[in-house]
Amino acid sequence: MSDSRIQVGQRPFRSWAPQPFVANVWTRWALYAGAVLYMVLAVGSVEINWARMVLGLDRGWAFVQGFLYPDFSSRWGDIKLGFQESLTMTVTSTALGVLLSIPMAVGASRNLAPVWIYLLCRGFIALSRTLNEIIVAIFLVAMFGFGPFAGFLTLTFATVGFMAKLMAEDIEEIQSSQLEALRSTGAGYMQVLDFAVLSQVMPRFLGLSLYRLDINFRESAVIGIVGAGGIGATLNTAMDRYEFDSAAAILWVIIVVVMLAEYASGKLRKLIQ
Amino acid sequence: MLELHQLEKRYPTGDLALQGVSLKVGSGEVLGLIGPSGAGKSTLIRCVNRLVQPSAGRIVLEGQDLGQLDSTELRLARRHIGMIFQEYALVERLTVMENLLSGRLGYTGFWASWFRKFDGQDIEQAFALLDRVGLGGMENKRADALSGGQRQRVGIARALMQSPKLLLVDEPTASLDPKTSRQVMRLILELCEERGLAAIVNIHDVVLATEFLPRIVGLRAGGVVFDGSAKEVNRDVLTSIYGDEDWTTITQRMHANVAPQSHSKSSDFASTAV
Repeated sequence: MSDSRIQVGQRPFRSWAPQPFVANVWTRWALYAGAVLYMVLAVGSVEINWARMVLGLDRGWAFVQGFLYPDFSSRWGDIKLGFQESLTMTVTSTALGVLLSIPMAVGASRNLAPVWIYLLCRGFIALSRTLNEIIVAIFLVAMFGFGPFAGFLTLTFATVGFMAKLMAEDIEEIQSSQLEALRSTGAGYMQVLDFAVLSQVMPRFLGLSLYRLDINFRESAVIGIVGAGGIGATLNTAMDRYEFDSAAAILWVIIVVVMLAEYASGKLRKLIQ
Repeated sequence: MLELHQLEKRYPTGDLALQGVSLKVGSGEVLGLIGPSGAGKSTLIRCVNRLVQPSAGRIVLEGQDLGQLDSTELRLARRHIGMIFQEYALVERLTVMENLLSGRLGYTGFWASWFRKFDGQDIEQAFALLDRVGLGGMENKRADALSGGQRQRVGIARALMQSPKLLLVDEPTASLDPKTSRQVMRLILELCEERGLAAIVNIHDVVLATEFLPRIVGLRAGGVVFDGSAKEVNRDVLTSIYGDEDWTTITQRMHANVAPQSHSKSSDFASTAV
């Protein structure tokens, strides 16, 4: 009988279990033990000052109370000005950044650009994406002084990196046969870009631009804290003066505007796709 | 009209895809290129319009050495070589009309093409070609709304929009069902005949190839191992191209097909001459 199936009532004699990730038993358990030990030591090394925490609780409570009774009126002028600055920064930096990101994205796509341009553009993108907005803002504030101009430059720089990186990834994923087809008709480089590339990445491009617009508004609030103008600077001032009610008012404004922006950009994106 | 001399292609990975292929294609001659996967069929036809850069050898189209052209001259030369692809290679988000008109890009300036302001003659020709391939009235559909057979017909019409002298056809039927495959092959052959086009057709399906294409070239490991009429393709020839296998069924089916060159005008498509 060559039938190797197990008959009913007969015990199977072979067993199978998935292979462990680390084959050696001793190494495996040593790794587990090491991980636990590290956790214990790490938690032990954190210094907790309970007295300071109790003090902080008080301040936190004052803040929460301020948040419940925000004071829009006493600093309204500052809030309005900061908000205007932030909005200007957001719109201008998004517009310029998106515009500059187009050639950068094409240059950073391996299927469209020669190697040296590719490396150059990828290098720029990597730089823009490694440096956090705050670090760039500190640097640019030092260069160009306090105010929204430094913020505008920071956000433009970040937008180019963000958009170019994601668009390049998209462009590299388009089917190569369509590029071939357009090239084989004798179309010029720009025509190939228009017909084969732009037509395919346009919906995503618009969607990402809108997404970046609301990221930029949020970021404009953060980089204001290091001196790059806008609503963030106003918030920082209010905090420094312990005016938690005014700070709360600013936070409310930010939250409402961000939510509106997100809702609007979501709606718009749906409309495009 | 097309001559390949000792064409050679070595990919950067070191793979030798073509080793000394020489081939002559006469005016109006339609040639089937068969061979196993990886034999270099795709590489060969892509070398002709230099989508793939040959490593050595010469490609001469109507007396012009295509291998010597700079990028502008190459663009101009490519306008006379139409190409049809396996997966159709249509731009899916564009309309059928835009896909057809993209065949005229080589004749159209950038700004004109950016604003889709194509020459009136081109648009007229596009409508006529749509009718010819049986897609009249579909001009405003998006390419991704079409079925496989319809897409391939758009692909064929796009290639013909170039008013080419030579057609390069890469596995036109590989993604189509048997009936649509035959319709598409018939259409390509009819159009070549109508316009006196020469064509190189890469094709996997030996039965389909020998039925529709009068001349067959067999490629194996980057070299030509057979070049003759479709009637001469037999068990020994298939073995020399593909290696040992029981070819009985295939050869029987090939002989069951009557005289290879005679295919009557199809009634599948409206046959308005363009």
